[in-house]
Amino acid sequence: MANSINRKIATTYFISGRKMTTVAIVGVLLGISIFIFMNSLSAGFDRQSSESFFKTTAHIRIYKDDVLSVPLQPENENSVLIVNPKVVPTKNTIDNPEEILALVKQHSDVIVAFPQVNTPVFYNNGKSQIAGTTIGFPPVEGNQLYKIENFMVQGAVQNLEMNRNGIIIGSGIADRMNLNTGDNLSITSSKGVNLNLTVVGIFQTNNSREDKSKSYVNLALAQQLLREGNTYITDINVNVTDPNKAPAIAEELSTITGYKAEDWKAANAAYMAASKMRKIVITFISFTLLIVSCFGIYNILNMTVSQKINDIAILKAIGFNGKDVVRIFVYQALTIGMIGVVLGVGFAMILVNILSHVYIGGDIGNFPIGFEPLVFLKGILVGFFITFLAGYVPARKAAKVDPVSIFRK
Amino acid sequence: MILEVKNIEKFFHDPVEFKVLNDISFGVEKGEFLTLVGKSGCGKSTLLYILSTMDTEYKGQLIIDGENVTSYGQDQLAAIRNEKIGFIFQFHYLLADFTCLNNIMIPALKLGKLSKEEIEYKAMEKLRMLDMTDQALKPASKLSGGQQQRIAIARALINDPLIIMGDEPTGNLDSKNTQVVFEILQELAHEKGQTIIAVTHDNDFAKASDRTIIMSDGQIVRGE
Ligand SMILES: Nc1ncnc2c1ncn2[C@@H]1O[C@H](COP(=O)(O)OP(=O)(O)OP(=O)(O)O)[C@@H](O)[C@H]1O
Ligand SMILES: [Mg+2]
Repeated sequence: MANSINRKIATTYFISGRKMTTVAIVGVLLGISIFIFMNSLSAGFDRQSSESFFKTTAHIRIYKDDVLSVPLQPENENSVLIVNPKVVPTKNTIDNPEEILALVKQHSDVIVAFPQVNTPVFYNNGKSQIAGTTIGFPPVEGNQLYKIENFMVQGAVQNLEMNRNGIIIGSGIADRMNLNTGDNLSITSSKGVNLNLTVVGIFQTNNSREDKSKSYVNLALAQQLLREGNTYITDINVNVTDPNKAPAIAEELSTITGYKAEDWKAANAAYMAASKMRKIVITFISFTLLIVSCFGIYNILNMTVSQKINDIAILKAIGFNGKDVVRIFVYQALTIGMIGVVLGVGFAMILVNILSHVYIGGDIGNFPIGFEPLVFLKGILVGFFITFLAGYVPARKAAKVDPVSIFRK
Repeated sequence: MILEVKNIEKFFHDPVEFKVLNDISFGVEKGEFLTLVGKSGCGKSTLLYILSTMDTEYKGQLIIDGENVTSYGQDQLAAIRNEKIGFIFQFHYLLADFTCLNNIMIPALKLGKLSKEEIEYKAMEKLRMLDMTDQALKPASKLSGGQQQRIAIARALINDPLIIMGDEPTGNLDSKNTQVVFEILQELAHEKGQTIIAVTHDNDFAKASDRTIIMSDGQIVRGE
């Protein structure tokens, strides 16, 4: 009851001060909608770039790192050692791939792990040749990681499983050599091995350079192209449940296996730096806007309190205490906040919707922005928080008004 | 005794140190109609603000309804004002954004002892008493000075306070309405046992009251 009178007074002030409250609401609306919009943009960019990233990159790659030579004798007080460390010429293969693979698969966060061998090849077409790379892997697991099936325009990934001499080629290669599934294609490796393979599938990504050079074969075939046995494995690719946890998991895998395990973030430091910078800029701008709109509300509520200073004195004289006065003005702020947030969320949805229908083309397609519930939730919470804060400070001031000093004026 | 002050002293420090109230002591009985007179600037309003618990910067003791409220905190004092004291200001202070009826109802809604309907009924009763029913739904800001003062009186009465304090409660009223208000206050004192403490410049008003305290330069010169 006593609270409802506070609310009634707040509502009356809210209505009688329509003009100022409208301005404050518009302030919240703009602040929140742009905050949500910018953060959706950031989330969209992240999602887009990691998606296009993981088309060609595993979360973690395990391989044998180069080892530097170390001096045989340690340096001591009497002798100065001049060293010239060099990369020790060892094989760059994983010695016991089966064992390592089993170890990796035991890790609870690992979804898929498989060995891969890449080799440069020539695709022969009569007298002309196209240079490219072929990737050898177990087709089922490979597809699970690279999601090749999403890009198949002819044939299927499973065909590779059934046809040991099959090859899946990019659409660029197929176009230039006029190939369809079922046709034969001869390839030559850097080791001079020449093989006659059957095209079992054609893929097309948004990246034409890849489409013009890349192909997939069975692991054994790639090993054969390199004149190596079936234990020749250079890389093990690993995908984990949460790509963002890859660095920590990579470290664990590295200690478990004794080989270098490199996560995608470390492997693409330059890209990560750019994305981090973009994130910082977006966060910075959206928070600046938020602070501006926060000051707007603060200013308006401050003005309301100054205008109502006589009323506050009267209310205190007739028995309202400091807490009641705080509540009256905080209610007012929160009403502004609520309306502003609701409209702001609506406006943000419209902005996101419009932008998500803008076609960019190339690798991206439509603008990479979508409805991110978490971002909206964050926007709503932030909206209430700033209006509360912007209302609480002037309300505290109002609560401290000394009625006698007002009446004496 | 419903209200008692002992050795009240008050200083103003700005612009120069200045003793406004000097050793004020007196008591008021329940149901008494007391008036306070004195030259302009002698400290009547200042004393009344202390009696009403709004001003807490003073020396001495203030006892209301048997409670020594001198050392009470602001929240406790606010509750006492709400329930036990009705205040009519020297300059009619109403909430401009509310209707007259709402202005009168607010202290009762704050007290929260009656339902909204009961409060509204009571408020209308007070308005009728002051011949103001036709103004009930007008915004307070659209009334004349005298009308505003009558609304302020109705508001002071709404919670049936033990003590009604007025700083020139009839200052803006014509002689007819002054007479009406005087009679209302007298009736409240004598029939309902509510205590009235009113500052006035009106000699007839003072003479008709039960007792008059005369102040001069911050001291009581007669009527303790
Ligand atoms: N805030 C203040 N600071 C300093 N002096 C003040 C302050 N308020 C009032 N005074 C002084 O205190 C004295 C008493 O003022 P008060 O308002 O109590 O007089 P009053 O008896 O009510 O006069 P009136 O009949 O004109 O209303 C006056 O001399 C006034 O100038
Ligand atoms: Mg005065």
